[in-house]
Amino acid sequence: MENDQNNLLDHITQSEYKYGFVTDIEMETAPKGLNEDVIRFISARKKEPEFLLEMRLKAYHDWLRMSEPRWAHLSYQPVDYQDIYYYAAPKKKQELQSLEEVDPELLKTFEKLGISLEEQKRLTGVAVDAVFDSVSVKTTFSEILEKLGIIFCSFSEAVQRHPDLVRQYIGSVVPPNDNFFAALNTAVFSDGSFCYIPKGVRCPIELSTYFRINAAKTGQFERTLIIADEGSYVSYMEGCTAPMRDENQLHAAVVEIIAMKDAAVKYSTVQNWYPGDKEGRGGIYNFVTKRGMCRGSHSRISWTQVETGSAITWKYPSVILMGDHSTGEFYSVAVTNHHQQADTGTKMIHIGSNTRSTIVSKGISAGKSNNSYRGLVKIIKRAQNARNYSQCDSLLLGDQCGAHTFPYINVENKSAIVEHEATTSKISDDQLFYCRQRGISIENAIGLIVNGYAKEVLRHLPMEFAVEAQKFLSISLEGSVG
Amino acid sequence: MLIINDLNVSIQDKEIISGLNLEVKAGEVHAIMGPNGTGKSTLAWAIAGNDAYTVTGGSITYRGRDLLALSPEERASEGLFLGFQYPVEIPGVSMTNFIRTAINEQRKYRGLSPIAAPEFLAKMDENKKLVGIDSKLTNRSVNEGFSGGEKKKNEIFQMAMLEPTLAILDETDSGLDIDALKVVANGVNRMRSKENAIIVITHYQRLLEYIVPDFVHVLYKGRIVKSGGKELALELEEKGYAWLKN
Repeated sequence: MENDQNNLLDHITQSEYKYGFVTDIEMETAPKGLNEDVIRFISARKKEPEFLLEMRLKAYHDWLRMSEPRWAHLSYQPVDYQDIYYYAAPKKKQELQSLEEVDPELLKTFEKLGISLEEQKRLTGVAVDAVFDSVSVKTTFSEILEKLGIIFCSFSEAVQRHPDLVRQYIGSVVPPNDNFFAALNTAVFSDGSFCYIPKGVRCPIELSTYFRINAAKTGQFERTLIIADEGSYVSYMEGCTAPMRDENQLHAAVVEIIAMKDAAVKYSTVQNWYPGDKEGRGGIYNFVTKRGMCRGSHSRISWTQVETGSAITWKYPSVILMGDHSTGEFYSVAVTNHHQQADTGTKMIHIGSNTRSTIVSKGISAGKSNNSYRGLVKIIKRAQNARNYSQCDSLLLGDQCGAHTFPYINVENKSAIVEHEATTSKISDDQLFYCRQRGISIENAIGLIVNGYAKEVLRHLPMEFAVEAQKFLSISLEGSVG
Repeated sequence: MLIINDLNVSIQDKEIISGLNLEVKAGEVHAIMGPNGTGKSTLAWAIAGNDAYTVTGGSITYRGRDLLALSPEERASEGLFLGFQYPVEIPGVSMTNFIRTAINEQRKYRGLSPIAAPEFLAKMDENKKLVGIDSKLTNRSVNEGFSGGEKKKNEIFQMAMLEPTLAILDETDSGLDIDALKVVANGVNRMRSKENAIIVITHYQRLLEYIVPDFVHVLYKGRIVKSGGKELALELEEKGYAWLKN
């Protein structure tokens, strides 16, 4: 069996990353490197109000004094921050009224990804804010949403049209100097998505953003801000693929969510960025700060993520439970194969009374990869009757990979109930043989078993996302039997 | 259909099967009996192709093909089914999904398109009735939380769904009450035809009252020491195995 598996592993690992292609569109770029001038250039390009430029510059100066975090269970070559282009935008970027006005090259790229806007518009009824490198090209369905008072647009557009909302909420959940990568993002973010759901409105469609990192050596610094006003509800989906590159590409996004009284936000991510080749060359460095704040009572924020890509993943979608009776949820599947490294988890900060949080983390490691869960459950002194339930499972494929769990539990109130369960398992030879005796090939048997293992998380994804996620899970683990 | 010639099988260098010969023709039902630890299950696993069992000598030919050259999944797709003594649990994978995947992979191997949904569902219904399991069971994860009897019935259910040419049932009767035993036997008897063959591995004569074999073989210390008709099973029941040891 071992020989079979090795052959298979060889076979699969030689297959190319399916989404590796580069679109040839003229770019307008800022000079390489990072300094005040570059930040002023970005801000000027985007015709930003003064407060944003000030915020960027302050974050930049904070960032200069900060150093890259080293506590994560990750090892990689240091990033040369002066060797990166911090701004690249497609040159044609006048206001577009219809898809015919979109650059045909761009449309082709979307078609290769199977997510052409046209198709999206016609078939799925999903409003897509497609971010192509740094500038949003076209936002669909905005008009329908506008009738409900929902604002869903690119971040730049929000800055122009709703500067007061932006000013009020940006940095209120993730302060500009929160951490090294958040400070970097605040200094240089190029674009992203903005979403506001007014009081009492239930957003009728899944809001969806597709990200692409396209220009060579262009770091992508997305900024997303979602505000759910009292009694509102929104389900937001984020999905990513990136073309193949030799050099490592830096990605440092910030996502902030604010949920007011009785509001609920469901944020789903499927991330399958280029993980590097089988020797560990190339691949995306993904340093993301995602945080939500349950500001009002009975509010709810739910993160669901399926992480299959990137060479390095550093990501802890968190919830600050301020409002009484508020709820935070984190459902995660993280897959690592070959030389991928992931250090991911969540933070649940209980501040209000009767707050609840649920953490379900499913790690899957294969090849020579390292997969770590890192999670903090903090219950402060005045948080009466707080509850947390955490479940962290690790599944190993092969004997050269690593799975690690770093749970931090910090309870200052005696009324709290905190539960933590953890398991580590391997796909057994018996399970594989059982499947194979029924005629199911090794690859499909692994796909079946892994999807079964991750089911508890996948069922929290919106339907159209779940199908895609299952596909990615199987693809990223093909041939990695243990 | 199946010709086993001078077969030797080892597990981690320990020889379990030594010079075994057996021929099974289409339309026949063979029973293999014998005391514990004589290699009955090893024979089943070796035929099915489990890599933990190393074939160190001899040959297995199945419908004119060298079975040992095929992977377990290829053997399955060629029409070989093994009913497991201890069916394996696969958490999170529904029975329905599992069996549909299996059917479609076998169909793909045979150059057929995936089974149409109505046909699949009709077949599910028919076979669920046959083995007396309800939809609750097929909606659950594969064997997860199934009782001993449910697991065995589920093996027969899968056999009925996959329609093999040769089925090997490894102690499918162990731990079953008389009603479950009848269900299992009924499922097996439905499969009997001129084209198909069945090998029943069992400790007890009891099952053979319901699945009447054409041949009974006694396996002892890795080889077949005695073969006969169905009356041999009764003789074994009466005398035990001790008299064979000499």
